[in-house]
Amino acid sequence: MDEKMIDLVVTSSPHVRDKVKVSSIMLDVIIALIPATIAGLVFFGTKHTLGVILISLLSAEIAELLGAWMFRKPVSVKDLSAVITGLLLALVLPPSSPYWMVIVGAFSAVILGKWVFGGIGSNPFNPALVGRAVLMISWPVYMTRWSKPFSPVFGPNAVTTATPLNIIKLHGFSRLLAQYGTRANLYKALFIGNVGGCIGETSALLLLIGGLYLIIRGVIDWKIPAAYIGTVFVLSPLFGRDPLFSILAGGLFLGAFFMATDYSSSPITSKGRLWYGVALGFMTVIIRQFGAYPEGVMFSILIVQLFVPFFDKLLPHVYGHRKEVKS
Amino acid sequence: MKLFTFKPGGVHPPENKFTKDKPFVKMSPPSIAVIPLSQHIGAPNTPTVKVGDYVKIGQVIGTSSGFVSAPVHATVSGEVIAIEARPHPLGKNVQAVVIKNDFKDEWIEEPKKRSLEELSKEEILKLIREYGIVGMGGATFPTAVKLSPPKGKVIETLIANGAECEPYLTTDYRTMLEFTDDVIDGFLVEMKATSAKYGFIAVEDNKKDAAEKLDKRVKERGIKNVEVVLVKTKYPQGGEKQLIKAVTGKEVPAGGLPLDVGVVVQNVGTLKAIADAVLNGKPLIERGTTISGTAIKEPGNYIIRIGTQVTEVIEKAGGLTKKLRKLIFGGPMMGLAQSTVEVPVIKGTSGILFFGEEALEMAPSEESPCIRCSRCVDFCPIGLMPLLIDHAWRRKDLKEAEALNATDCIECGTCSYVCPAKRHLTENIRYAKQAIIKQRKIEAAKQAAFEKLKALREKQAKEAAAKKAEESKGGKENG
Repeated sequence: MDEKMIDLVVTSSPHVRDKVKVSSIMLDVIIALIPATIAGLVFFGTKHTLGVILISLLSAEIAELLGAWMFRKPVSVKDLSAVITGLLLALVLPPSSPYWMVIVGAFSAVILGKWVFGGIGSNPFNPALVGRAVLMISWPVYMTRWSKPFSPVFGPNAVTTATPLNIIKLHGFSRLLAQYGTRANLYKALFIGNVGGCIGETSALLLLIGGLYLIIRGVIDWKIPAAYIGTVFVLSPLFGRDPLFSILAGGLFLGAFFMATDYSSSPITSKGRLWYGVALGFMTVIIRQFGAYPEGVMFSILIVQLFVPFFDKLLPHVYGHRKEVKS
Repeated sequence: MKLFTFKPGGVHPPENKFTKDKPFVKMSPPSIAVIPLSQHIGAPNTPTVKVGDYVKIGQVIGTSSGFVSAPVHATVSGEVIAIEARPHPLGKNVQAVVIKNDFKDEWIEEPKKRSLEELSKEEILKLIREYGIVGMGGATFPTAVKLSPPKGKVIETLIANGAECEPYLTTDYRTMLEFTDDVIDGFLVEMKATSAKYGFIAVEDNKKDAAEKLDKRVKERGIKNVEVVLVKTKYPQGGEKQLIKAVTGKEVPAGGLPLDVGVVVQNVGTLKAIADAVLNGKPLIERGTTISGTAIKEPGNYIIRIGTQVTEVIEKAGGLTKKLRKLIFGGPMMGLAQSTVEVPVIKGTSGILFFGEEALEMAPSEESPCIRCSRCVDFCPIGLMPLLIDHAWRRKDLKEAEALNATDCIECGTCSYVCPAKRHLTENIRYAKQAIIKQRKIEAAKQAAFEKLKALREKQAKEAAAKKAEESKGGKENG
């Protein structure tokens, strides 16, 4: 036998691995966000909005490099996770956000939201939401200036509007209904996304398409969005709110499909994810009803994510054990 | 046919069963047979021959007085040229009897046929033991032991394992197709030996033709208490615990045996070997093995003499097509990578896979940080949290790993397979498991030593007290 033909490596089994990589998962998330991103550009124009998106993406990437350098970790730009943070942040900002604010938000998201906790996989909160929370607290005026779809974001012809949730917080549901004529018209506007709001949150339809794509691809567990949206649907009528309106309005779909499902800040067990979704729905309804802000998705996610270690204790059944064992 | 499956977890890796349609071919006997004295789990055998002896096929060359053991037989006729430690597919070097084949193929005795009716339970078990039958799915547990339950345990159900869920491997499939009646015969022998009431032959539904053939023969032969069932094509469907769950709905208790739920699972290849041994009088001297992978010229299903070294297997399978970088005994999910081509085929060798450079990409060694995607949790067929056990092991926190039930891991490899960060989860859980078991042994030894010391102290104290009492008594007397 020719010795040169043999050069054996010995490794531990398994000797095959699935094709799925961290970067391929992240790429799927980016693909799933494209429809909603395009919707944002259509509704709010490319002139300023595109700048917000690109600056957010670029700042997040630079922040990623900075974070890796600061915390002496290997550069992980290839895993695309910073692209998702940058894109998600842009989608939860008002179309008229000043560029400097976007930069602050992106750096807060990546450095404060992720790197200070140890980088990818270690963040207890969704990084994009940390960035948004920083901006919300620091510059509430810019963060609540909503542009009307299909009108210039800036300039003499700029038209600002209130979000549907804003209107019902201030004036009640009847005022909102009066604006649209019929419930069907209102639902349609919300479903398509032709309302005031953050760049990527308005079109429930396109977010749903993206979300279903992620579920089919096995990237996210359906239980989180289903439990979250379902709970909001069931609990809203208890406070006299229209259930369908409550799930279509605001940032619920974006939050439920793309924010609450962030791997490192969501539970790792199946049961945990179900109850985590329920808790998110409960918190969102409470904040919308009793909080100072009209929308509660961001703060509910940030609050409930603090309890992920608790949800992680809802353990799967271990084969051959009579009862679930405590860890 | 009914379709069963286990839940939750499991994956479906690309099957790559390229040798599916290749009938068994007898590989010509090796010029040198290297027969390890230990090819089973349990007490090692001692040689019953010495260097220079002439041995014939079927002659016992190693045996043990231990209960959990199986003898080994000469698989070629010829001269014993060495008895020494040689590379073994399970790792360490192991004592082996090396026989130079004289190609006369002389048998120690003409294999004699027996009919099942004339054999008693005890006789069957004795034959299975004498003929050296062990679990041929890879576990190599002595079959006679498996079929002899301790007092108080009853075997109710027998399951023939024809799942063959490992990618690449087609040995069991070909066995079921080509030796359908032998498999059924072996199963009936087992049923008689254990007085089991029910029998299931479980076949993955990607091998429907084999299942149908078995089903047809079972019905034609009028066998009433044996049912052929389909199980979903999903890895690790052929895992003993998973198969029992799928077919009977029962779970083997943690740390227990299938016997605890009245079940015994037997690989279909083992059943064929049982039929060969008990009914046809042939000891386990050869077995069906799938030769596959990208680096071998003539992949296929071969019947190979035990003790044939991979060097000869390569020659007889047309040679290598490219530089051999990985040699796997078993399937790609649970098989063992070999460090040398000197290793021989043993009783548990269900497949030999040959790969070139691409093997290094099939299982990249570089890890990236865990992203907590929880795929390992979602796909674990046992319900463990591999990422947390892995974290615990990296911190060397054995207590935590134990609390996370690391010892329940069946090492199926699913967690590592699905991990997008390519982390070495299975490997680390295996280390954790071994360390915990070692730790338990140390603790038990410590406890035993402590008890011994305590007993000694107590005895000493008692003696001292007795002495004192005697002394004081004596003192009084003196005073």
